[in-house]
Order: sequence, then structure tokens, then C-alpha cells
Amino acid sequence: MISLSIRTSLYPLCFCGFLFLCACRHDMMNEPRAKTFSQSEFFKDGASARPLPANVVPRGEAQVNDAFHIGMTNGVYVTQLPMQLTPKLLARGRERFEAICAECHGRTGDGNGMVVQRGFPVPPSYHLDRMRNAPLGHFFDVITNGYGAMFPYAAQVEPQDRWAIAAYIRALQLSQHANPNDLPPDVRNKLEAESK
Amino acid sequence: MAQIFSRNANVYARVTTFGIVVLICGVGWATNEVFWSPYTTYVDVPLTQPVPFSHKHHVAEDGIDCRYCHTSVEKSRFAGMPTSETCMHCHSQIFTDVPLLAPVRESLATNAPLKWNRVHDLPDYVYFDHSIHVAKGIGCSTCHGRVDQMPITWRVNTLYMKWCLDCHRHPQKFVRPPDKVFAMTWQPSQDRQLEPTQLVRQYHIDTSGRLTNCSTCHR
Ligand code: HEC
Ligand code: HEC
Ligand code: HEC
Ligand code: HEC
Ligand code: HEC
Ligand code: HEC
Repeated sequence: MISLSIRTSLYPLCFCGFLFLCACRHDMMNEPRAKTFSQSEFFKDGASARPLPANVVPRGEAQVNDAFHIGMTNGVYVTQLPMQLTPKLLARGRERFEAICAECHGRTGDGNGMVVQRGFPVPPSYHLDRMRNAPLGHFFDVITNGYGAMFPYAAQVEPQDRWAIAAYIRALQLSQHANPNDLPPDVRNKLEAESK
Repeated sequence: MAQIFSRNANVYARVTTFGIVVLICGVGWATNEVFWSPYTTYVDVPLTQPVPFSHKHHVAEDGIDCRYCHTSVEKSRFAGMPTSETCMHCHSQIFTDVPLLAPVRESLATNAPLKWNRVHDLPDYVYFDHSIHVAKGIGCSTCHGRVDQMPITWRVNTLYMKWCLDCHRHPQKFVRPPDKVFAMTWQPSQDRQLEPTQLVRQYHIDTSGRLTNCSTCHR
């Protein structure tokens, strides 16, 4: 009756072997549906994401020809922000500028960012007279459509943020070109006392 | 009467009794080891990519922010992948001819996207969303590790349910101030002007237990 005990010990073994089959569950892990940017065998270009058909405008992305969306009125760059200037807007502009633009333009806007130090063409400093006198809409336009060697950043930066960045660039320019007479008298007196 | 059990039966009985215990424990142990080993979790296993993209070069040495390439990480479920055009922002001018970048140039020419191999891939029955985590002060490096030190990208966490739950049960161990979310070097012990529990309150993180409801992640 040896065979009996061997057989009883075989059952758990079979059970353990059966357990290994339970690991085959990939059908639920990769369901046959299209996930963001996933591959597809259905479409010829191999991507599940579809390009927009011609002349289709996604909801909320209509290209309206107003100052907010193109930075111009009647073909002339605007000089004023098309929204309220708030500390929050400037802070947002600073954050975006340092994330997207400072790689090349440098944190102070002098055009000496890390990527430039690795051989990228040097962008003009924001503290040149030409840039200081450029209308605000120009900065918006450069971000939207690019400029020379600089690619457009419309895909990375939304219109609202483009204005925030433009406002922050103005603040940067002021920071390097401040007129002492613009300061409130008490701050100015303090500065003058300190510089003596 | 003839003997029912042979002389050896005692030995067989002992061997099978102990053997089964040892076998079950052994199988359990082995399964556990395999379950937590890089073989199944892919932790610390670098994948081969069509272009050997180095976060170490781009992030640590060139100072490029995550959001330059992973644009939608603050706004959507998906972190977003850079298009081939995004690479060309810089590589139209520098490293223009290196063979390493040939697939990028080809992708741009043929308008066919690059096929990156996924480093992180949750099962499809799990719902995950980047934007909520970023908005509530969970930094990239908490989940993805020191990406800025990776010459080729790998996984540092298992992405198992246990891992998600460890944090959903005690978010106060991981939350950081809003301006530190993208900081790679931030450590939980640093920067304690704001107590973590205070941060949890400031972010209005749900501590009612809803974060560990099954339907939060399996919807
Ligand atoms: C990859 C590097 C790079 C990045 C990133 C970059 N720029 Fe530029 N930018 C340049 C270069 C190079 C030029 C000079 C282009 C030329 O003259 O051909 C330039 C020029 C400019 C100019 C000057 C245009 C003029 O009138 O001469 C402005 C304004 C500007 N960039 C704004 C921005 C803003 C805002 C951002 C962030 C959204 C940004 N740039 C991001 C490289 C960059
Ligand atoms: C210059 C563009 C660029 C920048 C900047 C960048 N990444 Fe990436 N990232 C990529 C590319 C391309 C891939 C795909 C190739 C790979 O997996 O290495 C990727 C992949 C990843 C992955 C793995 C995705 C997957 O397949 O699961 C993570 C995680 C990641 N990046 C995090 C970050 C973090 C965090 C930062 C900021 C510290 C960052 N990245 C900055 C381009 C970039
Ligand atoms: C903002 C500028 C910028 C962008 C965008 C960018 N790179 Fe780079 N890349 C660089 C710089 C600068 C170097 C030189 C690195 C160094 O020497 O530190 C480089 C080097 C490289 C190299 C050379 C090998 C190496 O690691 O040194 C590869 C490959 C590369 N990049 C791939 C990519 C890919 C793929 C993308 C798009 C997902 C991309 N880069 C986007 C700036 C950029
Ligand atoms: C709470 C943890 C967590 C945080 C914080 C986090 N990620 Fe992720 N990330 C994940 C998980 C999980 C996945 C896999 C998602 C999937 O498979 O659907 C992922 C995937 C990715 C991917 C691949 C594309 C995708 O969305 O599937 C990139 C790129 C990425 N993360 C970048 C980032 C960046 C940049 C940050 C910082 C802003 C960040 N992640 C913060 C957990 C996190
Ligand atoms: C390091 C901490 C951490 C990790 C790891 C983490 N989470 Fe979270 N998660 C949070 C915090 C904090 C929130 C915000 C809770 C709130 O809004 O009250 C959150 C929220 C969520 C939400 C939205 C909940 C809702 O409905 O409001 C989902 C879904 C989610 N996490 C899924 C996951 C999944 C899936 C994983 C694992 C792959 C994961 N999380 C890993 C910290 C984490
Ligand atoms: C914080 C998010 C989160 C919550 C809450 C959550 N899960 Fe999960 N669950 C996951 C993730 C992530 C996985 C995928 C693990 C993996 O990669 O195998 C998973 C996997 C599973 C699996 C498959 C197990 C496996 O290894 O294949 C089951 C079953 C499951 N969960 C049940 C539950 C139940 C029941 C609850 C409620 C008590 C729950 N989950 C709550 C994130 C979560």
C-alpha cells in the first residue's frame, strides 16, 4: 500500500502545479482597448491616437483673432496685457519661464542658459534696448510662432501662460533697468543711505 | 494476518508529512521571491529604447524641467511624452548628425511617432491620475526616484497595490510643499517649517478612508 501514500502526496503537488497556471492573467492586464499614445494595428500609421481631420477645431481651442489669442489688434502688436496684472500672474509666469525658457535664455534672461553653454545658438539678451522697447505682444507672438532658430512653444505653453511669461519677462527687464525715481520715497531713501 | 504497512511505511509517512510542509513553504517562499524580484517587478531593470535617452544628461546636466517634455503631467491623467519635434527644439542645432538620434530624425521625416518602451505600466484595471498627485504635493521623485541620475530610465517602485496603499494610508509621510514637487533632491526630513500633518490639511487631502476604497483605483 505504498502507492496510496505516494498518491496522497501527489495531490498537493498537482495542486501546487495548478497554482502556477493562475499567473497567466495578462488578458485583464492589457485589455484590447486604446490607451493614451498606445500602438494600434488597426490604423496604418501604427498609432491609436488619431490626427485631427482637416478643418476640425477642438472644443475650446478656436483660433479667435483677438488680442488674447494672437497678441495683435489689426496686425499691430498690443502693448498692454489683455488681462489684469496680478502678483499671482507674475508668479505663474516666473514658474513657467524657469521651466520652459530658462534652459536657453537663462534665469535672468541674459541668453546664457545651460543648453546655450552646450553649443546652442545664443539668443539675444532681454536687456538689449531692442528687446526692452519691443511691444508685449511680440513676446507672445515669439512663444506662439517661434523666431528664427527658436521653435514655437504653442504646444507647451497655453495662451494664458504665454501672457504670464510675457509679463514676467517685462519684470525681468525692469529688474535690470530700474529707475530709482520710480521707487517709493522711503525705499529710495533707504537705498541711498545704504549705498553711501 | 499479513502486515498492511510495510517496514518502510514509517519512513514514507515521515518524509511525506515533513516533505509536504517543506514543499509548501518552499513554493510559498519561491513565489514570494519571484513576486518581489526584478524579474516580475522590473524594478531597477533598464529597458532598451529606440534612442538611448538620458535623463541624467538632459535633467541634471542641462537643467531641463520635467514639464518641458512631460507637458501634461499637471493637467491630466497621462504625464505626456515629448514629440519628435520637441527633441528637435534643441537637436536641430546641437548634436544634429549623431547616429544615436537617427531614429528621431527619421520619425520626423516620416511623421511616424517614436516607439518608446514603457517603463511603468499599470494593469488596465487600475486607474491612475498624475494631476491629482502633483496638485496634492506628491513629488515625481517619490514615485519615480532620482530620474535625474538615470542614464537610461528604469523603475524604482514595484507599482504593486501595496505600494499605492502604503501612501494612501499615510500621505503625511510623503507630502511636500507645492514648490518642491519637481525637486529631485527633496527628502522627507528636509524643509520642515510646515509640519506634514499641516500640509495634509492645507492640501485638503482626504483622510476619511476614501483613498483606500477599492473603487478609488478600480473604477
Ligand atoms: C531651445 C532653446 C530656447 C528655448 C527653450 C527658448 N528660446 Fe527663445 N530664443 C532662442 C534662440 C536661439 C533665439 C534667437 C533666435 C534667432 O534670432 O534666430 C530666441 C529668441 C527669443 C526671443 C527674441 C526674439 C527677437 O525679437 O529677437 C524671445 C522674446 C524669446 N526667444 C522668448 C522665449 C520664451 C518666452 C521662451 C519660453 C517659452 C523661449 N524663448 C524659449 C532659443 C530658445
Ligand atoms: C528632454 C525631454 C525630457 C525631460 C526634460 C524629461 N523627460 Fe522623462 N522622458 C523623456 C523621454 C523621451 C522618455 C521615454 C524614454 C525613456 O523611458 O527613457 C521619458 C521617460 C520618462 C519616464 C518613464 C516613462 C515610462 O515609460 O513609464 C519617467 C518616469 C520620466 N521620464 C520622468 C521624468 C521626470 C521626473 C523628469 C524631470 C526630472 C523628466 N522625466 C524630464 C523625455 C524627458
Ligand atoms: C532643451 C534642449 C534639449 C531637448 C529638448 C532635447 N535635448 Fe537631447 N541633448 C541636449 C543637450 C544640451 C545635449 C548634450 C548633453 C551633454 O553633453 O550634456 C543632448 C544630448 C542628447 C543625446 C546624445 C547622447 C547623450 O546622452 O549625450 C541624445 C541621444 C539626446 N540628446 C536625445 C534626445 C531626445 C530623444 C530628445 C527628445 C525626447 C532630446 N534629446 C531633447 C539638449 C536637448
Ligand atoms: C503617485 C506616484 C507618482 C507620482 C507622484 C508621479 N508619477 Fe509618473 N507614473 C506613476 C505611475 C503609477 C505611472 C504608470 C501609469 C500607467 O501605467 O498608466 C507613471 C507614469 C509616468 C510616465 C509615463 C507616461 C504615463 O503617464 O503613463 C511619465 C512620463 C511620468 N510618469 C512622469 C512623471 C513626472 C514628470 C512626475 C512629476 C511631476 C510624475 N510622473 C509623478 C506614478 C507617479
Ligand atoms: C506617495 C504617495 C502616493 C502614492 C505612492 C500613490 N498615491 Fe494616489 N494619491 C495620493 C494623494 C496624496 C492623493 C490625493 C488625495 C486627495 O485628494 O484627498 C491621491 C489620489 C489618488 C487618486 C484620486 C482619488 C480621488 O478620487 O480623489 C487616485 C485614483 C489614486 N491616487 C491612485 C493611485 C494609484 C493607482 C497608485 C499606485 C499606482 C497611487 N495612487 C499611488 C498619494 C499617493
Ligand atoms: C490606491 C489604489 C488601490 C486601491 C485603493 C485598491 N487597489 Fe487593488 N490594485 C491596485 C494596483 C496598482 C494593482 C495592480 C498590482 C499589480 O501590478 O499587479 C491592484 C491589483 C488588484 C488585484 C489583482 C491582484 C493581482 O495581484 O493581480 C485585485 C484582486 C485588487 N487589486 C483588489 C482590490 C480590492 C478588493 C480593493 C479594496 C479593498 C483594492 N484592490 C483597492 C491599486 C489599488
